[in-house]
Amino acid sequence: MRLHEYQAKDLFADAGIPTPDSTLARTVDEAVDAAAEIGYPVAIKAQVHVGGRGKAGGIKLVDDGEEAREAADEILGMDLKGFEVDRVLVEEAVDFVNELYVGVTMDRGEGKPVAMVSTRGGVNIEEVAEEDPDAIAREHIDPAFGMHDFQARKVVYEAGVDGDIARDVSSILSTLYDLWEERDGSDAEINPLMVTSDGEVIAADAVFNVDEDALFRQPDLAEMEEDAAGDELEAKANEYGFDYVRLSGNVGIIGNGAGLVMTTLDLVDYYGGEPANFLDIGGGAKAQRVANALDMVFSDENVDAVVFNIFGGITRGDEVANGINNALEQFDEIPKPVIVRLAGTNAKEGMEILNTDLVQVEATLEDAVQGAVEAAEEVTQ
Amino acid sequence: MSVLVDDDTRVVVQGITGGEGKFHAGQMIEYGTNVVAGAVPGKGGQEVYDVPVYDTVSGAARQEDANAAVVFVPPAFAGDALFEALDAPVDLVVAITEGIPTQDMSRVYRKLKETDTYLVGPNCPGLITPGEAKLGILPGNIFESGNVGLVSRSGTLTYQVVDNLTERGLGQSTAIGIGGDPIIGTDFIDTLKLFEADPDTHAVVMCGEIGGEDEENAAKYIRQNMDTPVAGFIAGRTAPPGKRMGHAGAIVSGSGTGTAESKINALEDAGVRVGDTPNEVADYIEQFL
Repeated sequence: MRLHEYQAKDLFADAGIPTPDSTLARTVDEAVDAAAEIGYPVAIKAQVHVGGRGKAGGIKLVDDGEEAREAADEILGMDLKGFEVDRVLVEEAVDFVNELYVGVTMDRGEGKPVAMVSTRGGVNIEEVAEEDPDAIAREHIDPAFGMHDFQARKVVYEAGVDGDIARDVSSILSTLYDLWEERDGSDAEINPLMVTSDGEVIAADAVFNVDEDALFRQPDLAEMEEDAAGDELEAKANEYGFDYVRLSGNVGIIGNGAGLVMTTLDLVDYYGGEPANFLDIGGGAKAQRVANALDMVFSDENVDAVVFNIFGGITRGDEVANGINNALEQFDEIPKPVIVRLAGTNAKEGMEILNTDLVQVEATLEDAVQGAVEAAEEVTQ
Repeated sequence: MSVLVDDDTRVVVQGITGGEGKFHAGQMIEYGTNVVAGAVPGKGGQEVYDVPVYDTVSGAARQEDANAAVVFVPPAFAGDALFEALDAPVDLVVAITEGIPTQDMSRVYRKLKETDTYLVGPNCPGLITPGEAKLGILPGNIFESGNVGLVSRSGTLTYQVVDNLTERGLGQSTAIGIGGDPIIGTDFIDTLKLFEADPDTHAVVMCGEIGGEDEENAAKYIRQNMDTPVAGFIAGRTAPPGKRMGHAGAIVSGSGTGTAESKINALEDAGVRVGDTPNEVADYIEQFL
């Protein structure tokens, strides 16, 4: 789960990391007032979960009230790569001479946290990592001890940070690591970490992604998620407790288990269709979850046909079949053709229960997917 | 022959009095697994299906000679339960629990490296040696004893491939679901080593998915060290970058690492036959044997 910049900055500031003076605004008037309060020049920054906000026109630097009004009016309500901007951060513009990068993440290959520092901040760090891996200094951290002070110094010096400011950068990195550890971060980043003409070091941007599996022990961060949900259907999936990702095709996909659902998506593509979504109903799904899943996929207007693929381990075929029947019997007319394939635990019983007036039943994964792709094609013709 | 589990494996179930733990302990016993004990703090002295419950894993290991633990403990307490299993000690720990915080697993992983224990999982269906023992939640009835070793990051995808194999009379030596989390214990390479050394495993199926570099590393290992033929499958060819596809580990990062394409290429370069569909994987195995 990703926090907004302003939320991450609040976390960082509370932990003692210097951040620019800033105020969140939801209307043009609020933004202009905030800018006057802070003092020009200020940056007006869209608060949305997309990368490359600046390039896309979501960040503007303004020098007076008129420009602030114009910029806030333009940014608030704009569509930024599919996300509508409903709030902006009005922030003191920092007069910088240098831009650094510091970050903490989990190195999954090593199973250990890793701290990273680079003097090439202010640009896409993933591109730097690809073009010039040596430009980023890395230090693995033993999770049993946490980051030693010397490790923070070591990685900062190895990155080639100037001696005068190295102490401040090390201290910020230590704080960032502790915050990452205490608040169950998956990624914590400051890019750019700006160095001003008078030698101050300040976090001009802030990224903090939280491990979703740890939200149970970070209740205040879990609450921030409400604000963060983008797509309406993805928000609905959240409410139902499904793993769901919306895609751009017209074949709806429901299944159990991430690997098998991904495989079903891949097969839709393989047989010439386009997947509309990833929807994993999880293990042991009962009738109500089945009905909720169908409701989700039916309410996606892009969907023309649905493939329902269940391989029961803990999930029972007869329960799924009853769920499908019950859900579909509520409609006078089935909204979109549903092709079902059941295998594994109680699959045989399930196949017998399914009402073939309402659904098309197929015996194999391949046949079910092809059936759905064909049905979707028929609808579009 | 088989790997990691067989008739002699003596299992303690951590969390045997909980809903999931109890149900699957029953299923394991029904399959013929030698479940010798349960371990639940505060429930020592009780019995579940005539199996004695102990307060601690070390107590169960000592009293009942348990040498493997299966963990059904909820995510908030699972990290601690895994440390307890490693401390007991047992030779094999199978962590079924889904949703363990990654930082907890990072600490467990560090401890694991100091031991000789195999940890399978977390967030996995477990493992099975057909006809002998199953440790976990796999549906026993789809498996058949035979000579195909199977290793997979995903549960239900494993069942799909096994179904395709069994249908053609291609039984399995051992099938292992290593789990879909970013940090897991036993990985592809550990498992491939075991299969390569097992005289009764004549061919191997490896099912990977997007995210991380485990499949690429496994490809390197296969190229350099394996004589046993391997067929592969990679799920997530159509996954868009930056979206987590269910499993915490299944994500293609913005910079393009962890893609299906990179994994398929690496495996094919190592001589692995990668199927476009699960059924095609079974075709390749049939050709190998």
